Amino acid sequence: MSFDFDQLDLVDISRFFGRRRALSHVSLTCRAGEIVGLLGPNGAGKSTLLSILSTLLAPSAGEVRYGGRTAREIGAELRSRLGLLAHDLHLYPELTAEENLTFFSELYRLNNVRARTAAALSHAGLADRAQDFVSGFSRGMRQRLALERALLHEPRLLLLDEPFTGLDDASGRALIVRLKELKRGGCLVLLATHDLDLAEGVLDRAVVLRDGRLVALQDRVGTLRDRYRAQLHHQAQSLQPKA
Amino acid sequence: MRQFFHVAWIIVKKDLTIEVRSREILYTTLFFAVSCVLVFAVAFVREGRALTEAAAGILWIAVAFAGTLALGRTFERERHTETLRALMMAPADRPAIYLGKLLGMLALLAATELIVVPLVALLFQAPLLARPVLMGLLMAAGTIGFCAVGTLFAAMLVRARSRDVLLPILLYPITIPVIIGGVRGTLALLQDVPDVAMTRFWITLLVFFDVVFVTLSLWTFEPLMTE
Amino acid sequence: MFVPALVVTAGMFVIAPIFIALVRFEGTMGLVQKIFYFHFPPAILMLGSAIMSGVASAWFLAKRRPSADHLALAAAELTVLFGVITLVTGPLWARKAWGVWWQWDARLTMSLLLWMIFIAYLLLRKYGGPGSEILSAGLAVFGMANVPFIYVSVNVWRTIHPKTTVVPTLPVDMGGALWFSVAAFVLLYLMLLTARVRLEQQRAAVEQIYLQFEE
Repeated sequence: MSFDFDQLDLVDISRFFGRRRALSHVSLTCRAGEIVGLLGPNGAGKSTLLSILSTLLAPSAGEVRYGGRTAREIGAELRSRLGLLAHDLHLYPELTAEENLTFFSELYRLNNVRARTAAALSHAGLADRAQDFVSGFSRGMRQRLALERALLHEPRLLLLDEPFTGLDDASGRALIVRLKELKRGGCLVLLATHDLDLAEGVLDRAVVLRDGRLVALQDRVGTLRDRYRAQLHHQAQSLQPKA
Repeated sequence: MRQFFHVAWIIVKKDLTIEVRSREILYTTLFFAVSCVLVFAVAFVREGRALTEAAAGILWIAVAFAGTLALGRTFERERHTETLRALMMAPADRPAIYLGKLLGMLALLAATELIVVPLVALLFQAPLLARPVLMGLLMAAGTIGFCAVGTLFAAMLVRARSRDVLLPILLYPITIPVIIGGVRGTLALLQDVPDVAMTRFWITLLVFFDVVFVTLSLWTFEPLMTE
Repeated sequence: MFVPALVVTAGMFVIAPIFIALVRFEGTMGLVQKIFYFHFPPAILMLGSAIMSGVASAWFLAKRRPSADHLALAAAELTVLFGVITLVTGPLWARKAWGVWWQWDARLTMSLLLWMIFIAYLLLRKYGGPGSEILSAGLAVFGMANVPFIYVSVNVWRTIHPKTTVVPTLPVDMGGALWFSVAAFVLLYLMLLTARVRLEQQRAAVEQIYLQFEE
């Protein structure tokens, strides 16, 4: 019976790089079937947090629990339930789209490789470009392919770092549709983004990171962008010296 | 266990597929090794003929230099697309990634040596191919030792600064026994009456080195690659 | 504890030349041989320090405890320092005693390579960017694993040639002065190690304070 989980707990996560505090006492709980947005300015620690959640980076303090257990307790099997789409896309430009997908399918020891690859290609809208080298793809095409690559093994937890970068409107909307599909299927999606307008339509919850600290959005009033701005304004106010 | 080798195998296949398509690292490494040999040949000429005794040293230096470049280039490629992270994220045993990379590098260097050894034999009038089996074993044992340490160091330096120059700084002192063994073994074969016993000794020593350092690398790969 | 020990060490170094001067001259080399009292202790301390750094590094890789890393770094620096002393006094002695600055025998080559490996360790720490503590620990472990191979390969390499070793055995009645010098250098080493490890611990503590300050 392979490992699975339906709840993700971040318990007081901190991460330092020498003197620089990248993350500070971040705590959060998410459940399967949610799409959670990680908002925040550049340098807020969103990418660092995603790296920790994907087990590529260890926290300096605190724990991450996947279904109540830490990554160390679960072992290598945990990674079969995690999917990561980072800024660098993790695709081999010298291989064709199909070869990329086949390679990762074999790496993850999946069955029905051909069927999965074909399905992934059609989801990405690249079925007709299957034999073309990824080096010739546009950013949007690579992004779609990279997303499908991250989903090949049907992960429980999907981590997305700025997935809307470089996507045109149509691709952005297609991505949103895909994410909603995944959510219905029980996937837990953590999405780090700047693009508040696009994210608006898809997030169940949103939390804001600023200088490594996490602040949850409190108001339910107004658009995401307004709420976000209000939150930052509120924080800035609270940092002013008291009169 | 089977899965461990399966993962290593698909990584080798992937690397070789990529290399066969562009052949970039293969050609550049090969040409670099040849240039190296030529530079040394010119440097060691006496009375219009290149020194035969220098052949052994030059061969192994060319392999070491070309190998270092190839290692750097191979991992630079992985770094550029951060695909090494993608490999680390797979549920596979991480040492299998090391093994796959190692085998790919060995294939590359073997191809290079197939050209460089006869070239050196030709330019220096050194009978390197007189005992092909022993020579082959010596080259294999030495190359495996060099690549075992080199692959690990190149992988662990992928996220470090100044990685280009740090790789040789770290690699060369550690692989000195490989160079000593390789050069002395080759020289033993180049004598008028090849000293087979001596060559066998060096091959044995190099095999020990290979076993120790491949094992050590497999053990330390995961701790060194995770922050 | 530290200050009295420091005084004792300093005292030992002050009176050491008296002991050394009183020892009888060695048969063939005369006065020059007395460099040995300044060469031999640093040589064994360099080797010992290298081993300590290797072991601390292995511990750090396994357990990731910062104290292991501090020890590994301090021991690495002292390896390089004592290596410099050894590699300067050695050739000076060899030149005067046997006419050659250097010889490629097993012990000398091993010392030189060990020294270079730890210089590489320090370069990696300094220029490798963040996360280089772990990488340099790996280097130290590989360096340690290499020592037997270096020794054997150089030994066999050189036995083909006629052996004129520059590292002789020591006649027994010079033992007193020798052990005194060894004791003095060992104390010096321990002083330096303690000071350096403390410095490293305090540096780490300062980082912690910076981090807490920003809270």
